[in-house]
Amino acid sequence: MTVMDKLTILTDAAKYDAACTSSGARRGSKKGYIGNTSSSVAGCCHTFSADGRCVTLLKVLMTNCCIYDCKYCVNRCSNDTRRAVFTPEELSELTIEFYRRNYIEGLFLSSGVLRDPDYTMERMIQVLHLLRNTYRFNGYIHAKTIPGASPELVERLGMLADRLSVNIELPSEAGLKALAPNKTKSAILQPMKQIRNTLTENKQELVKYRHAPKFAPAGQSTQMIIGATPDSDRHILRLTQGLYDTYRLKRVFFSAYVPVVENSLLPTPDTKPPLLREHRLYQADWLLRFYGFRAEELLTDQDPNFNPLIDPKCNWALRHPEFFPVEVNTAAYEDLLRVPGVGTISARRILYARRGGTLYHEDLKKLGVVMKRAQYFLVCKGKIIDGLRFSQDTVLRGLIAAEKLPMPEIEQLTLFN
Amino acid sequence: MDTVYRYDGSFEGFLCCVFESYVNKESPAAFQTAEDLNPTLFPIQWVESNEAHAQRILRSINRRSAYALELVEKGFLTCAEEREMMLYRFIRALYDFGPDLVRRLSDEAVHPLVKAVRHLDGEVHLLRGFTRFSDLGGALVGEIAPKNRALPLLRPHFCSRFYNERLILYDRTHREALFYRDGKWCIAPLEHFEIARPSEREAQFRRLWKRFYDTVAIAERYNPKCRRTQMPMRYWGTMTEFQDESYFEATPAAVEPPPAPAALKEGWRA
Repeated sequence: MTVMDKLTILTDAAKYDAACTSSGARRGSKKGYIGNTSSSVAGCCHTFSADGRCVTLLKVLMTNCCIYDCKYCVNRCSNDTRRAVFTPEELSELTIEFYRRNYIEGLFLSSGVLRDPDYTMERMIQVLHLLRNTYRFNGYIHAKTIPGASPELVERLGMLADRLSVNIELPSEAGLKALAPNKTKSAILQPMKQIRNTLTENKQELVKYRHAPKFAPAGQSTQMIIGATPDSDRHILRLTQGLYDTYRLKRVFFSAYVPVVENSLLPTPDTKPPLLREHRLYQADWLLRFYGFRAEELLTDQDPNFNPLIDPKCNWALRHPEFFPVEVNTAAYEDLLRVPGVGTISARRILYARRGGTLYHEDLKKLGVVMKRAQYFLVCKGKIIDGLRFSQDTVLRGLIAAEKLPMPEIEQLTLFN
Repeated sequence: MDTVYRYDGSFEGFLCCVFESYVNKESPAAFQTAEDLNPTLFPIQWVESNEAHAQRILRSINRRSAYALELVEKGFLTCAEEREMMLYRFIRALYDFGPDLVRRLSDEAVHPLVKAVRHLDGEVHLLRGFTRFSDLGGALVGEIAPKNRALPLLRPHFCSRFYNERLILYDRTHREALFYRDGKWCIAPLEHFEIARPSEREAQFRRLWKRFYDTVAIAERYNPKCRRTQMPMRYWGTMTEFQDESYFEATPAAVEPPPAPAALKEGWRA
């Protein structure tokens, strides 16, 4: 089988994995090495595929052979599909040559389970070892740990990679039991816990010894499939928040379920992937990470799912009229962030600009505030925009119109990850 | 009386125009470079570049605000209309108002400059990812066609990332090229530039990349509008994945394949 065939099969098998960022690591170039990760502080997209998703890393599987039989997965062992295995030499040469041509920011290596988890991990480590030590590759590597692999191997992998991830796969244990019978919640959370603990220890070591080897400097992330199980948005978001709080993950990715097989336990194959829902969850995820919101504020027990017509922040703002209006010239950064149409960048610009003089409505647009949304919630020197009349009802209509539905885009202009 | 300042087109030359206007207590009606021969009704004054004068202006700006200096330096690289006039207004306002001017982001002397610089920074950020190189005889050769003069800002990024490589990156719009080798670089004007035909090895990696690009998209999520928003079509012309078939074929008289990377030789140590 040629490298071209392998690349085709193993890209095709890896493409449903959502995570593809290269952010969080900062490592300058070194003499005698190729590459750095310094552009990755803000993330760097090298191209966008026809579905509008950012392509940062060479995202492939080492092999799509798998001993497991997860119902939702294209690579499950009962699926009749072409199988391929990259040799470590092929994959590392491909990575280096793509990197030199500035096609990619680095490698994202995942794999089906070949023979057993430990054997698979050892082969992945071989690839990373070849890249780091023989090719002297200093760019970004994201590696996926294999559930069930021994802790020593996870540790070795983390010493070579910038980011590790463990896929949580499905948002609930019931879903896991039904659809991924070979995986258990504890087998998934165990390595996550281990990575968190090693990261903490490593941080302490680095304080003592500046040149201590770094363990996964860009932290860990995870992803889950949305829409294959009946879990509510509220459940998913609380789980996400829990993962950030407990496991200190850098990112949680959502992947709208694309029907790849027919199974009585799954949505039928003609189901459209829930792209808008995925988009709303990403918006909410941003609110958790950068805007100081908590999952319980965004969704309640009575209202456990997002309104597809407006974004989660507008949704929150409409339910909390007591919080508004916000005075642009005096409000705290945290309060400005809660205004629809104001983002982290425009909020910081407001803080910066208002020290130079009073701000009025006509200034705000130049600072990057989206007035179509923000106008209902902001006052400048106690005044709303001249001539604006509105009620609860017209605000909702105005916000829906400002939304220009759809197209959900899968995020990833990662600015501060 | 209003005059038009004509200068050599360099940043230093422009700063000397600012110096000239300050010394003569006049404000220019427009700026022209040596090549720009638009007829004008105003009297034209040639301003000679003078390093000492330029330095004085730079220092005077920096003394007021380091951020203002950054805006002026970057502003000169932008593609904003009447770029020199925009910078001139900003510098004059800076002298009038002092350091606090840069906080007035919506001021008419500040906003156009800030906006132009934002556009430049955005383009540079995108080009860090969208630039493509080809390995031609061991050197990495690439081409871009940006609206702003992105090369001076892309240089530190690519020179440190490909520290051990030889690099040539050509800016088709502004007809200048970045040359880099062994830790030394220069950016020089270059009228004609054509990328050599690929070797078989180079063509193979182009094909592999194209295949990867085509395969990684999920058909059920096809969303061309989102792709165009994230990656405007004006960048596609210099990107490997959007070239026609001939780009992926090696010529019979191919360039020699590059030697193995130095790092692969045995006994090699940093």
